Amino acid sequence: MVVVPDAVVPTPEAEPRRFRAARKHPIAGFVARRVATGIVTLFVVSILIFLATNILPGNAVTVILGRSATPAVVHRLERQLNIDKSVPARYFSWLGGAVHGDFGKSVVAEVESKPNTAVSSTLGDPLRNSFVLAALTTALLIPLTLLLGAVAGIKAGRAADHVISFPALVMGGLPEFVTGTILIYVFFNKLGLLPPVALLSPGESPFSNLKALVLPVLTLLAVAAGAGVRQVRAGMAETLQQDYIHFARLNGVRERRVIWRYALRNALAPSVQIIAQNLQYLVGGIIIVESVFAYPGIGTYLVNAVTSRDVIEVQAAAVILAALYIAINLLADLIVVFLVPKLRTGMR
Amino acid sequence: MSALSLPARRRRIRLPRAVAADWGGRIGAVLLAFILLVAILGPLFAPHDTTTPIGIPGAGPSSSAPFGLDFLGRDVLSRVLSGGRSTLLLGGAATALTYLVGITVGLVAGYARSIADPLLMRTVDVFLSFPALLVMLLFVTAFGGGPGVLVGAAAIVLFPGVARIVRTATLEASTRGYVEAAVARGERTANVLRREILPNIAPSIVADLGIRFSWSIILIASVNYLGLGLRPPTADWGLMVSENREIVSTNPLSLLAPAAILALLIIAVNLVGDAYVRQRARSGDLT
Repeated sequence: MVVVPDAVVPTPEAEPRRFRAARKHPIAGFVARRVATGIVTLFVVSILIFLATNILPGNAVTVILGRSATPAVVHRLERQLNIDKSVPARYFSWLGGAVHGDFGKSVVAEVESKPNTAVSSTLGDPLRNSFVLAALTTALLIPLTLLLGAVAGIKAGRAADHVISFPALVMGGLPEFVTGTILIYVFFNKLGLLPPVALLSPGESPFSNLKALVLPVLTLLAVAAGAGVRQVRAGMAETLQQDYIHFARLNGVRERRVIWRYALRNALAPSVQIIAQNLQYLVGGIIIVESVFAYPGIGTYLVNAVTSRDVIEVQAAAVILAALYIAINLLADLIVVFLVPKLRTGMR
Repeated sequence: MSALSLPARRRRIRLPRAVAADWGGRIGAVLLAFILLVAILGPLFAPHDTTTPIGIPGAGPSSSAPFGLDFLGRDVLSRVLSGGRSTLLLGGAATALTYLVGITVGLVAGYARSIADPLLMRTVDVFLSFPALLVMLLFVTAFGGGPGVLVGAAAIVLFPGVARIVRTATLEASTRGYVEAAVARGERTANVLRREILPNIAPSIVADLGIRFSWSIILIASVNYLGLGLRPPTADWGLMVSENREIVSTNPLSLLAPAAILALLIIAVNLVGDAYVRQRARSGDLT
C-alpha cells in the first residue's frame, strides 16, 4: 500500500519548498551518489573476477580432467556447465544468475558426477561459519582497540604507552599464519589447553565447540587490534595537543573531565573509519586464518577452490567477499557523515 | 607551519642517520642487517643439501642437524639458511614494481589536467575495492603460482596507495614557482616530472617504503604458506611453515625456525620504517 502524503502533491507552492529541502539536505544526494558508486564498483569488480577466472589457458574442464580426457567427455561437460559459449555471453548469464543467488555449477562436482552440483547449495554453511568467526572477533575487537588505543594515546611517551604500543607494532605487522602457528604451538603443543584445529562436521554449528574458535579469534584479534590500536593512539595523542585542550586545562578543568568530555569525543570520531578498516581487514584475514585452523568457512572454501582449479566456485566466493568488502567501506563512509557534521559542508 | 615560513629548501634527512636516531631504529637496523646477511650469505654456510633427505623425517635436533629434520627428513637449518633469498628477492621485486607503477600513475594523474587523471584514479579505486589476499588468489587462479605472478599480484595490491600519495603531492608541487619556471623555459613534460617534481616529492614517497616492503613479504609468504605459490621442493620460509605442520610435535623447530625469522624480518623492517617516519616528524618535515 502506498500512502501519498499531501506535500508530494505538486501544488505551485510545494515545488520551491522541495527544492529548498533538497539543498538543505546535501546528505541525501551524497548517500545516493555513494551507493551508486558502490554498485558501479561492484559491477566492475565482478567483471574483473570473471575475467581472471576465465583467463586460464585451456579451460577448466580440461585442466581438472587432465590430458587423458576424451574430447567427447570434455564436450559433454562443457555443455552441462554452459562454458562452450563466448566470454561476454557467459558473463551476462552468470551475472543474471548471481544477482538471484545462483552461481552456477561446480566444475569439480560435475566432473565427479556428484548428484548436487549447484555452487549456491554449498555456500550457505561456509558463509554462516565465517560470519560467526568474524562476528565474535568484531565483538571483542572494537572495545579492545578503542580502550588500548585511548589509554596509549593519553599516556603517550610513558610506560603504559610503551607496554601497549610495542606489542601492537609487533602483532599488527606479523602475517596471520605466523601468529596462528605460534599460538597453536603454545596453546596446544606446550600447554595442551586448546585444540589446534577448528574442524566442524558438515551442518554442525560453530557454537557447538566454542573452545576450537578461541585460537582463530585470537589470531585475528592480534593482527587487527595491533594495527587499529596504533591508529587510535595517534588520533588521541594528536587531539590532546590541540589548543582547546590546553585552554581547558589552563582554565582549571579537571583532567578527568578534559579527557572524557573534551578529548575522547573528538578523538574517537575518526575511529569509525579505523573500525571499518578493521572489518575490511577481517574479510581478507579470514581467508588465511581459516586455512591455518582448517575452519570450514568461506576462506577455506575459496582456497580449496583455487587449489582444485574449480573456477566457478572461485568466482562465487570471490564475488561474495568483494561485495562484503565494498559494502563495509560504503557503510563506514555513510556512518561517518552522519556522525561528524563538519564533513557535511561542501558536499554538493 | 606558519604562513610566514619561506618556501625554503627542506632539510634533507639522510636515511641512515634518521634511522640511528632512536633505539627502535637502531635495534631494527641491526636486526635487519643480520637477517639480510643470513639470507644472502646463508646458502654458502648451509651444512647440507636443501632437497636431499639425510635422516628420519621429523627427527629432533642432533649434532649434525642443530634444528632437526623436516617432514621429508631434510636438514631444517640448511633450508632456513637458504629460504631467505626467495622471500627477499620476491618481496624486493614486488616493492620496486609497486613504486615504479605507483609513481608513474601518480605523476601522470597529478600533472595531467585532462581526462587521464579521473580515468587513472577511478582505476586505482577499483583495485582498492578488493581484499588484498583475494587479488593474490585470483592472480594465482588466472596465471598459476610462479614467481613473476606473485610479484605482479603483490604490486597490483600495493600500487594504488603509492599512486594516491604521489598524485596528491604532484598536484601540490605542480603549482610551485620552480615548476612554472621549468615549464616557461620550455622543458619537456617528462623532464619537468623527473627533474623538478619527483625529487621534491620524494620524502613523502619514501615514508612508507618500509610498510610496503613488509606488506609485499607478507602477501607473498601467505600465498606460499597456502601452497598456491612457489612449488616444493623450494626452500621458502612461508612454505616451510605449512609443510612441516604435521611434525610439529616431534620437531617443532622445523616450523618455528622459519616462522620466527620471517617474524623478525618483518618486525625489523617495521622498526626501521617507523624510526624514519618519527625522525621526519621530529624535524618538522611534514609534507
